[in-house]
Amino acid sequence: MKKTLTLTTALALMAGSAWAAKTDVTIGVQLEPPHLDPTSAAAGAIDSVVYSNVFEGLTRFGPDGSVGPGLAESWEISEDGLTYTFKLRAGVKFHDGTDFEASDVVFSLDRARADDSTNAQKALFDGIDMVEAVDATTVKVTLKNRQGNFLFNMAWGDAVIVAPESIEDIKTNPVGTGAFTFTDWKQGDSITISRNPEYWGTPASLEKATFKFISEPTAAFGAMMAGDVDAFYSYPAPENLVQFEADPRFKVLSGNTEGETILAINNKMEPFNDVRVRKAVSMAIDRQAIIDGAMFGYGTPIGTHFAPHNPDYVDLTDLSPYDPAAAKALLAEAGYPDGFETTLKLPPPSYARRGGEIIAAQLREIGIKTEISNLEWAQWLEQAFRGYDYGLTIVSHTEPMDIGIYARPEYYFQYDNADFQALIDKLSVENDPAMRSDILKEAQNVIANDYVNGYLFQLALTSVVDAKLNGIWENAPTQAIDLTGVSWSE
Amino acid sequence: MLRYALKRLGSLLISLIVASLVIFACIEVVPGDPASFMLGINAQPDTVAALREELGLNAALHERYFSWVTGLVSGDMGTSYTYRSPVAEIVAERLVISLPLALYALTLTVLIAFPVGVLAATRRGSLTDVSVMGATQLGVAIPNFWFAMLMVLVFAINLRWFSAGGFPGWEAGLFPAMKALTLPAVALALPQASILARVMRSSLLDTLGEDYIRTARAKGLTTRQTLWRHALRNALIPVLTIIGLQFSFLMAGAIIIENVFFLPGLGRLVFQAISQRDLIVVESVVMLLVFAVIVVNFLVDLAYAWVDPRLRARV
Repeated sequence: MKKTLTLTTALALMAGSAWAAKTDVTIGVQLEPPHLDPTSAAAGAIDSVVYSNVFEGLTRFGPDGSVGPGLAESWEISEDGLTYTFKLRAGVKFHDGTDFEASDVVFSLDRARADDSTNAQKALFDGIDMVEAVDATTVKVTLKNRQGNFLFNMAWGDAVIVAPESIEDIKTNPVGTGAFTFTDWKQGDSITISRNPEYWGTPASLEKATFKFISEPTAAFGAMMAGDVDAFYSYPAPENLVQFEADPRFKVLSGNTEGETILAINNKMEPFNDVRVRKAVSMAIDRQAIIDGAMFGYGTPIGTHFAPHNPDYVDLTDLSPYDPAAAKALLAEAGYPDGFETTLKLPPPSYARRGGEIIAAQLREIGIKTEISNLEWAQWLEQAFRGYDYGLTIVSHTEPMDIGIYARPEYYFQYDNADFQALIDKLSVENDPAMRSDILKEAQNVIANDYVNGYLFQLALTSVVDAKLNGIWENAPTQAIDLTGVSWSE
Repeated sequence: MLRYALKRLGSLLISLIVASLVIFACIEVVPGDPASFMLGINAQPDTVAALREELGLNAALHERYFSWVTGLVSGDMGTSYTYRSPVAEIVAERLVISLPLALYALTLTVLIAFPVGVLAATRRGSLTDVSVMGATQLGVAIPNFWFAMLMVLVFAINLRWFSAGGFPGWEAGLFPAMKALTLPAVALALPQASILARVMRSSLLDTLGEDYIRTARAKGLTTRQTLWRHALRNALIPVLTIIGLQFSFLMAGAIIIENVFFLPGLGRLVFQAISQRDLIVVESVVMLLVFAVIVVNFLVDLAYAWVDPRLRARV
């Protein structure tokens, strides 16, 4: 009898805990951050964990990619566009209890643009001439030239505000101002953050959040199905998504990323230095076949290097419709009636490896034979990116608003067009939204008409989420898993 | 016995030195710069240079080799390029999973293989023997990651008895930790047990055919007594060799299983470190694994001498 009673109690206890509202969440992610300092590495995995959760910047990205106030509650821009005066939020504390003040902003921005800075996006800070603390809650930033996207730049994870008191250990013990404090890192397994009770804004609804690192697609499926994780951000196995969609326990979020996936062309290499050849390559590509075959239907075709969800996007896919016959004719006109041979170097992501096979087949149709080599990222950086040793390669450019890379002639696809560079120069000093929009549209047209690269599709973000979990960002305006607004229903 | 042990120890040291040279040379020639990898495609050249300086990548090759080796000898494996924490700490954190997992799997292997192998050998040609041979053939043929995925499907997704993977850490308690290692250990043990059972069977069959077994039987020992006192001990030498190899394999080769069960073990660490060009971690872990393999072989050598006194005399 006694035994039965204990058993019943135990069962009741177990059931009780299952009924109580959940206040913690476990989120599966593919990549583990190398360390936790978003201001000294390019790894998107760092931002995924700490952006907005642990660290905040002067401005911040919203779920739709818009830039809003962060640690700066407001700002004034001087008449000549050179001086930004930020009014900081008062009473904000870092997680270690120290006060957030103007001097921390000066420290963070000066550190990012210093000579020995290891900031992966140092270019964001290039335009800054001087950063001064006017008083404890006012910071004045003086720019060298007018800069159209300064507030946008300051929203990046690479521009978050850090404190001199805690900078020493930032890589293993990040101390920020965000709604979550860093709690624990089991290397190779998981990172846990907890609610910051002292948070200056609306406190998070979750008490605890754990990011679990699962890179193997089948393991991700198992973890989701077995309930080990409540959500899987950027789910790695699109082939299972149909199954999750049909299961009432889960919902599948399908949104946009800032990743323009392109077939990059080495513009300085024979025969790609001929625009007709580049156009032929573009027209040999059947974008929908690649999206269906490599991405299981997830992805939006693009005709230029710009995100389709951006209001300034121009649909230029008609400039390079799928037309193998016309492509073959163009090749003949350029002097390659029988095609030619080139290399196709593929980095590890599945969009490149799966997409590469399909593109190789499509190029073969018009006589271009490709020698495919699969590279790791480190090799890709050395050979293709820095060594210019490639004919074609496939990369998704995930940085937001990065059309400016076409103004850098030394950038790996080596596009050198003075008109375009002038256009980007004009953009960088333009503050007027209408003018900026016009310039951006023109820029998209220029690179599309020059067929700089083969524009494939905008990378989709597909996440699998427990049906009762709300507030996970559907789109990825930056690589972040912002949990400040995430909660459980019931 | 002492001379035998010393001689083995000497060859152990030489192996280690050669291994360290080969590992360092191989890994340093791998293309790809850790600093550029970490900073990505938007980094400016001066930033990359600053990071290379910070990581100490600008020193000459031989200087880096000597500082690495002297560090190793004193237990200091250096600082990871990417994680920026001491390699020894990172490795220790992974070792507390990989080592118990390997031991767990090896224990299961032995526990399954010994009785099965002995049973099959003593009933040669019977239905038991035939079914054991069939089952072990299957066990060797099935890829362990496929078997692992199957177990996840049955025990984690359908029955929900186990997690699909992950490791709660030893601080969560012995039971949850061992539970988390159970499916991986079974997945690792199955093919190994199949191999070992077959080796056990054939080795035992060989010894059972020896003259001294007939003599033992002739002097009046029962089948059971001959088996335990004479046959088994003599059959152990090849079995020990295989166990030694298997332990090394389980330590170093669990990487696929670690990925299937997303366990933060050594294999996954090396895998990640290679793609991130965290060379110092790769070098140190590979060196550690080589060390483990060499030590295990040394212990197996000693075990030979223990089970077979003739080996001691021969040196």
